[in-house]
Amino acid sequence: MKPRPFDYIRPDTVEEAVALLADYGEDARVLAGGQSLVPMLNLRLIEARVLIDISRIATLDVIRERDGRIEIGAAVTQNTLMAWPQLATKLPLVAAALPFVGHFQTRNRGTVCGSMAHADPSSELPLALAVAGGEIVLRSRRGERVLAAGDFQKDMLTTARAGDELIVAARFPVANGAGIAFREVARRHGDFAIIAVAALAEDKNTVRLGVGGMAGRPMVRRLGAKDAADAVAAWAEDLEGYEDLHASAAMRRDLFRNLAPLAIEEALRCAA
Amino acid sequence: MRRIDRNERARISVTLNGRKLSADAEPRMLLCDFLRHALGATGTHVGCEHGVCGSCTVLIDGVAARSCLTFAVQVEGRDIKTVESLAAPDGALNPLQRAFHNNHALQCGFCTPGILMSFTDFLARNPRPSTAEIREVLGGHLCRCTGYAGIVAAIEEVAGRD
Repeated sequence: MKPRPFDYIRPDTVEEAVALLADYGEDARVLAGGQSLVPMLNLRLIEARVLIDISRIATLDVIRERDGRIEIGAAVTQNTLMAWPQLATKLPLVAAALPFVGHFQTRNRGTVCGSMAHADPSSELPLALAVAGGEIVLRSRRGERVLAAGDFQKDMLTTARAGDELIVAARFPVANGAGIAFREVARRHGDFAIIAVAALAEDKNTVRLGVGGMAGRPMVRRLGAKDAADAVAAWAEDLEGYEDLHASAAMRRDLFRNLAPLAIEEALRCAA
Repeated sequence: MRRIDRNERARISVTLNGRKLSADAEPRMLLCDFLRHALGATGTHVGCEHGVCGSCTVLIDGVAARSCLTFAVQVEGRDIKTVESLAAPDGALNPLQRAFHNNHALQCGFCTPGILMSFTDFLARNPRPSTAEIREVLGGHLCRCTGYAGIVAAIEEVAGRD
């Protein structure tokens, strides 16, 4: 349960980090909080020739508002965001999702952008990003590009990040006073969700509903309030789900059918 | 920029429980192993080695974290506190430890150092937690012999609740 040997490099600036990624590309892994990466290294599920530790780059440890969006830098931990005084007003969906992200002890080091990079299909923050219509900011020597959540996360543990790119931030649109709901089912609070559901009311009659744990990545649909239950039931049949030790695909589909209407109702109630 | 090659044993300095200490570590050495094998601080216990059980929890700059999910090279120059920091030099238990003793909150004691360090951080931030909040933080730990009721009672006692 020890990782294979790797070179360790701790750059002081984003420019240095990007230059290192240009040199090493796929041979390198970016280390920030390490709460997903280090277990995989310890279990030897993955191997890295080089770890690039970005956790001390001060310019990445910033939460700021810009053009109606909250930008969360790649070194910001989940608990730092959770303690951000404006979170509940400006990003209510993220505020509702964060308590489900791992445990107090892992949120202390785990980063928001690290959850995005890891791209676990049942992970809460990528689900919140997808439902909120957020973006990921990537930087490389070739320049900067901004990808919508749906274009960034491709499949299970797979993103559109190129080997020479650094995730520098995640951006969530400010959602003052939006009606939201977040629900999940897990064996123990803080464990990987069997399924997670996030809802955001666009107005009194429409919600954006997202589900994690039913496909290789978060799935999002816009649903009308009136026929929401039927739409969820139909959607549940479309989603393949997947089987693991914790739940069969059928059980996931059943949980989704039961959980989604509650989240939709709660989001619409908050919106009213 | 700090760079340590895979086979290099670099000198890593930390402040451990108020003392400046240093020892050699290669990049892949976990903080828990660095504490136990390089610095001799064996109070921190190593359970699952992938961040699930919480036994190895220590404070890094005052913040509770899994020392099995952190490499020693990452905490270079940082302040580390382990269970050895809690009791007075004469061995007198601190209030949190005493509450564990009073409430039978440990049996074999393997998971206890991690739980004590988690709540050292948590109670500093939230000195009057609800039972639900205590249970949520305790959810980050596994105890396979005592169970959790005594641990919750101990935290409630030290937080001044009956």
